[in-house]
Amino acid sequence: MRRALWVLAVLLSHWRRHKMQFATLLIGLIAATALWSGVQAINQQARNAYDRAAATFGGARTPMLVAPDNATFPQDLFVKLRRAGWPVSPVLEGRVQVNGRSVRLLGIEPVTLPVDVGNAPRLGAADLSSFVAPPGQTLVARETLTDLQEQEGAAPPTSSGAKLPPLRVLPQLVPDVLVVDIGVAQQLLNKPDQISRLLIGKAKGKPAPLASVVGDQLQRVEPNAETELERLTDSFHLNLTAFGLLSFFVGLFIVNSAVGLAFEQRLPMLRTLRACGASARLVNTVLVIELVALALIAGLIGLACGYFIAAALLPDVAASLRGLYGAQIPGQLSLRPEWWLAGIGISIAGALVAAATSLMKAVRMPVLATAQRRAWQQRQRRWLILQSLAACAVFAVALLLLQYGQSLIAGFGVLAALMFGAALILPAFLELILLIGQRFARRPLALWFWADSRQQLSGLSLALMALLLALAVNVGVSTMVETFSRTFIGWLNGRLAADVYISASDNAKGVAIRNWLKERGDVQAILSGGRAEAQVQGQPVELLGLPDHALYRERWPLLEAAPRAWTQLIPGNAAFISEQLSRRLNVRVGDVVEVPAPGGTWELDIVGIYADYGNPKGQLAVNVAALIRQFPQTPQTRIGLIVAKENIHGLIAALQKQFALDDRSVADQATVKAESIRIFNRTFAVTSALNAFTLGVAGIALLTSLLTLANSRLPQLAPLWAIGITRPRLAAIELTKTLSVALFTSLLAVPLGLLVAWCLIAIVNVKAFGWRLPFHVFPLQLVELVAVALFASLLAALLPMIRLARMQPASLVKVFANER
Amino acid sequence: MLSIRNLSKTFSSAGEPVHVLRGVDLDLKAGERVALTGESGSGKSTLLHLIAGLDAADGGTIRLEDTEVTKLSDAGRASLRRDRIGLVFQQFNLIPSLSVADNLMFQARIAGRYDTAWYKELIERLGLGSLLKRYPEQLSGGQQQRVAIGRALATKPSLLLADEPTGNLDEATAEDVLALTRDLVRRTGCGFLMVTHSLHLAATLDRHVNLHAGRIA
Repeated sequence: MRRALWVLAVLLSHWRRHKMQFATLLIGLIAATALWSGVQAINQQARNAYDRAAATFGGARTPMLVAPDNATFPQDLFVKLRRAGWPVSPVLEGRVQVNGRSVRLLGIEPVTLPVDVGNAPRLGAADLSSFVAPPGQTLVARETLTDLQEQEGAAPPTSSGAKLPPLRVLPQLVPDVLVVDIGVAQQLLNKPDQISRLLIGKAKGKPAPLASVVGDQLQRVEPNAETELERLTDSFHLNLTAFGLLSFFVGLFIVNSAVGLAFEQRLPMLRTLRACGASARLVNTVLVIELVALALIAGLIGLACGYFIAAALLPDVAASLRGLYGAQIPGQLSLRPEWWLAGIGISIAGALVAAATSLMKAVRMPVLATAQRRAWQQRQRRWLILQSLAACAVFAVALLLLQYGQSLIAGFGVLAALMFGAALILPAFLELILLIGQRFARRPLALWFWADSRQQLSGLSLALMALLLALAVNVGVSTMVETFSRTFIGWLNGRLAADVYISASDNAKGVAIRNWLKERGDVQAILSGGRAEAQVQGQPVELLGLPDHALYRERWPLLEAAPRAWTQLIPGNAAFISEQLSRRLNVRVGDVVEVPAPGGTWELDIVGIYADYGNPKGQLAVNVAALIRQFPQTPQTRIGLIVAKENIHGLIAALQKQFALDDRSVADQATVKAESIRIFNRTFAVTSALNAFTLGVAGIALLTSLLTLANSRLPQLAPLWAIGITRPRLAAIELTKTLSVALFTSLLAVPLGLLVAWCLIAIVNVKAFGWRLPFHVFPLQLVELVAVALFASLLAALLPMIRLARMQPASLVKVFANER
Repeated sequence: MLSIRNLSKTFSSAGEPVHVLRGVDLDLKAGERVALTGESGSGKSTLLHLIAGLDAADGGTIRLEDTEVTKLSDAGRASLRRDRIGLVFQQFNLIPSLSVADNLMFQARIAGRYDTAWYKELIERLGLGSLLKRYPEQLSGGQQQRVAIGRALATKPSLLLADEPTGNLDEATAEDVLALTRDLVRRTGCGFLMVTHSLHLAATLDRHVNLHAGRIA
């Protein structure tokens, strides 16, 4: 033991004399752990939220009975089933408006609620009576309470004027949901004796067959292992994980570089230890212990940083998930112990992987091996060939996946293979450019510039790979977001056809507003719409009622359409389908979709496909009159108006005055558009943040590589200084060299990034969201990104260069000293 | 040609001042070949570094022809080394990324003093004709030192400074290399100051001075 401690002390003494190298090693491990753990924390938080949502009083995690058309059904069925021995519990679901905000309302029957359903046991016996007995309680998550701007104990009114029972916070409840007793819900939703579904608990005996009790009025729905929300958000989390993984690997590049250099520098020390009688096993074991101990320390710091990163990114992620999928994620971070353990584990595993080559060399090192400083980097030609062959193999895998892969995972596989292959081939690509430069160089310094850059390449290649990957991801994601942004804005301009939008609180108010508007001369047209919900082939589908107006024919953007599509829509037996739903159902123009409606099956000919960006739900657009015929309960609360531009503000003011409408209930087109664009931008804020993080880590990788290389560069630079090249000039040349290789790397990153963007747009987006966007290239954005990469490289190179420019001659003279 | 007066240099070691040079006086005529000997740590290399302008003196003067080296700025000293001084080190200090040919002509071309005829003569005299496309790591110690000497003399400097140029070579190779150097120095007419531990090699030059306790003995 004492011998091992001595060996450890000797090994650790290296770091005391190489503080920068030590800092580099720790920075690499901390960055890798922090970014990976941060992303994992966000994913865990989101998945916890989905679990909560799924388990909320019988979500998709509980078997249930529902009406075949998904409509509400009479409460009598519940009584019949209970009498027949079915352990069912009724739930009524709907939406109410509270303080201008639309919230999901769940009515439950706590006595019969199965114990294994969501938060039911937490109610407890004491709470049960206060929940059921008047005035009852409205269970609410703390986040929702804040959103509603209410206090616990308050009883706010809904838009219909009815008061909610007093609010009570239930911490584990999912956001955006209010839970009340089913009797209260039936009153609030104006659905007396109606229920939405029956949750099935564990039966003690064997109940009578379902059909014998309720006939075909109800059908059983089995629980899903993966909820719709989880399925939808898989790609988003995969995306985040990919970012985290990329940053993790970039961090490991730094560690690999630092450990590799430290190993080479410690070779004489290891040899001496072996010569002094320390066994190979002891030395190697202590080397591993040292690394694990460092990884443990760095891992803990990395986890703390990861926590802060996750906390900083979570609001943006929550906004993205809300914007893209309608998922509600609480904005406050709560982490499980597994996260901490996994973080430490990944730090240690990462350190061991990054140091594997060095450790293997130490294991195999003969006692009398001579120290060859950085000799392992000199054997680059053979490595370049091997790496290039490996890159070709990886590109072949990408091609195969592109050709034959159908899933989202295959799409990400193409992306990963492309990036990995490009990283592998980068050193060969740079070597080729530098070789050409050297061939054409005539002046001696220029010749040295190219030749030395080639020699330096092996030491920088890992950092440059990191830069390439970070920049390619930046180019790819930025191009995709910008493409999406432009397409979205163009689409929005078409979709927002009306000049003023009104959302009435209920049908009665909607009718009153319409009647009032008909009397006004400044309103050129009143466009009444409506929305209903249905299930088509097991998918939740929104039915959107469109009024028949020339404006829609002119401006509503259709991706594909049958001849006279708009005219075919009017009778009510035709529909347009949203792009994502058409992909999910595999429906094209000319096909027929059957929609279960209260009056029977509604057959709709598909006569057009339209883009519906940002909507997590599939949508069918039909004539509004036909929709109301088929779904008589459709609320007619949405009204669009065509108004001359100069009359818009006057009309809005008059509407607000006449009907006490707030800004959320009436808005002009510009406001709605601005709000949509704001939500869009917020949706992609997390992408920008992760882009910046990845580029930042790549910058650190470059800085640490340059710093570690700086010392070993002295023997190359000192002879030049000795023959008359000044230190500032040498520093300027070194800076130019770094910027040149960074520029060449950036130039390779641009086409790679565009390929990444194409993969994201043509493969990943289509599989994940069902949207296919047109592919655009934005040259100015590319120039900006290359400039940012060069600026990051400049910052990374500046410190070592300043040190070189200011280096005391004594340090350079040491290179020539015979008694070093 | 080279005149050194009362030159002093002090280093700090573990917080204590170490007086390496304590008033060195030395003269070297044009074309004269002088060996500088002395025990380890006597300041031989330091004296050479100060003459070459690689380091700055604490006191005294160094005059090379019409230039007072001790009064030159960093850039001025760099220019002096580039144009008028040739340096040869024990560790060779060739540029590993350049071929023998490129190493040979490197300094001359930087100084703008590249002379094709002289370059060819150097290659011939140094016997490097068959090695021009090789890289330093592919050469033996003696071959590397011949390239280093060629590089230093390619500018036809006024003064050639060599710091133990044969320290890394075996005896036979050392004598060959030194013979070549003497021959080339005679051919160019430059002054030659060589630091060496070998009294035998020192005896082959015109004059031999010994540095002891920071002074020329």
